[in-house]
Amino acid sequence: MARTQTGPERDTVNRRTLLLGTGAAIGAGLISARSAMAQAVTITGAGATFPNPVYQKWAEAAKGPTGITLNYQSVGSGAGINQIRNRTVDFGASDAPLSVAQLNEHNLLQFPAVMGSLVAIVNIPGVENEKMKLTGELLADIYLGKIRRWNDPKLVEMNRELNLPNLAIAPVYRADGSGTTFVWVSYLSAVSTEWKEKVGIGTSVRFPAGTGARGNEGVAGTVKNIRGAIGYVENAYAITNRLVTTQIRNKAGNFVLPVQENFIAAAENADWSTPGFAASLIDQQGAKSWPIVSPTFILLPKNPESAERSRAVMRFFDWAYKNGDRLAQELEYIPIPTVVADRIRTAWGTEIKVNGQPVWQPA
Amino acid sequence: MQQAATASVGTIPRPARRSSSLGDTIFAAACTAAGGFVLLLLGGIIVELFLGGLPAFRTFGIPFLWSTEWDPVTEVFGAGVSIYGTIITAVLAILLAVPLAFGVAFYLTELAPIWLRRPVGTAVELLAAVPSIIYGMWGFFLIAPIMAQYVQPFMIDSVGTWPVIGFLFEGPPFGTGIFTAALILAIMILPFIAATMRDVFEQVPPVFKESAYGLGCTTWEVMKGVVLPYTRISVAGGIMLGLGRALGETMAVTFVIGNANRITTTLFGPGNTIASVIALEFGESEIGSLKLSALLALGFILFVLSFIVLALSRFLLRSRLKA
Repeated sequence: MARTQTGPERDTVNRRTLLLGTGAAIGAGLISARSAMAQAVTITGAGATFPNPVYQKWAEAAKGPTGITLNYQSVGSGAGINQIRNRTVDFGASDAPLSVAQLNEHNLLQFPAVMGSLVAIVNIPGVENEKMKLTGELLADIYLGKIRRWNDPKLVEMNRELNLPNLAIAPVYRADGSGTTFVWVSYLSAVSTEWKEKVGIGTSVRFPAGTGARGNEGVAGTVKNIRGAIGYVENAYAITNRLVTTQIRNKAGNFVLPVQENFIAAAENADWSTPGFAASLIDQQGAKSWPIVSPTFILLPKNPESAERSRAVMRFFDWAYKNGDRLAQELEYIPIPTVVADRIRTAWGTEIKVNGQPVWQPA
Repeated sequence: MQQAATASVGTIPRPARRSSSLGDTIFAAACTAAGGFVLLLLGGIIVELFLGGLPAFRTFGIPFLWSTEWDPVTEVFGAGVSIYGTIITAVLAILLAVPLAFGVAFYLTELAPIWLRRPVGTAVELLAAVPSIIYGMWGFFLIAPIMAQYVQPFMIDSVGTWPVIGFLFEGPPFGTGIFTAALILAIMILPFIAATMRDVFEQVPPVFKESAYGLGCTTWEVMKGVVLPYTRISVAGGIMLGLGRALGETMAVTFVIGNANRITTTLFGPGNTIASVIALEFGESEIGSLKLSALLALGFILFVLSFIVLALSRFLLRSRLKA
């Protein structure tokens, strides 16, 4: 019985890189085999998990009309950035925008593909869906561990019609590094200077209070398990799982519901002229704007190795901007406004070149 | 178990080496290469982890080992909380698993009717074959709610009010946390410890036991006075084997430990382990970042920890393994 149990998880790190490597190698093999054919092109992308459902849907729908097969690996924004930096995929995808310096350093063009929104979910006995009223400041205080009970005077004052119990608040956060956390803490930083100074913004941060769970499903499951819990998930996830969401007060001072028209209102009020299309949709102006909306980004090399595949990536997203709105909305995502899509096409034409020739040719 | 009672057989005389044909040479070379490959792989992983972690070790120095700070935003990293969580969950798991494993092994070797020994023994070994993600899901969806609703409130109200150790069982009943993680770990390492214990108990020469019984000893007295003293070092080795496994467990722990980078005094509080931090943070770490380096440094520390524990286990079990 000479069992030398070395534990299969010890080499997770190495195995993962190995897996990614093989995946990329197989992908590359497929591409070189396919690129001989004129219209049928296979493109590979890797990165953010949050937009993965809509990318998969788009890929399925776009295959017929465009002849493009998209092979998207939702490995996480950080891993996606790593892969596009090494040029092992045709495009990367990230929830958090890269800075202009980073984009220049790695010679990447950044543009938004679609938008999503976050909602707060709660588990308080007697509180129904969309009834609880919260403000950004209160959310920050809850996640800072300053407001500890649901019958705190500040919460009661805002929710006179609810009978809030004397119950400990258990904040639940994403323990894995994620774009969702990035958007959530961006919002908390925008509304609370204390959060900004003490914690800051990142795909994973040092949460001062609460318990961490893995993935959207982990957060939702933990909130369901614990009476008095509060968490944050993507709206699509909250809807499909019928979670109890809350109203949040926006910048205009109105309590808004997490519904599609309020998300779109936020998108329309955004300023897209920032470099790298890194528009902040957090805490937007506007009477109806839902305060926690965020775009998710695509990273495309400005000096692609293969003009054909780079063009295919752009053709794919061109198709998605034109025909993908309904599919995106079905999955609770928010489409990119047409004006912004036109600007993105212009950027493709001027920024992505092979041998000085622009790769993108508008149809 | 296969090595049982082969100590006295001695070495089989080797046939005289004949002039080797080409096939033999190739075969020998291939086998040597396979053996060398394992060593090379092990060395490669250690070096790779160390080199990857070097920037973190350089930046934070020795205090990296006990610093409790882990702030990806300001890029300040310390391994203190993870090392604490890794050790505390593993040790707690051992405390919970050893009595149970002892009971299983004792029952199987001394008490169970012969026809039942095989099925129960196989069942214990099959527990070891359950993938850890299954334990994680089971822990998260079944055990954590039970812990939150029944076990923890009960323990907080009873044990939590006791003097001296009461503070260990305080706090809100989250269901997840260090204690739940240790419980799941205990179940996961149970088969390894139980199987080792059973094997070493079986190796006690029947003459010893028969003599003790002949003197009028009870079963418990035989166990305490003959079997345990005869096997105690091997039993300790088996426990170390379980400990080594508990240290590196990732998926199951990640699901139920609560994943907070804080040291809480209560066992119901959230924490993290080296393996869970690496699993959670790795996907969002950029190449060349200090965070990735800190994670690799954590991996190196875990490697060293497990290596020490496993080496100790081999050392303690050496008399049995040599046989």
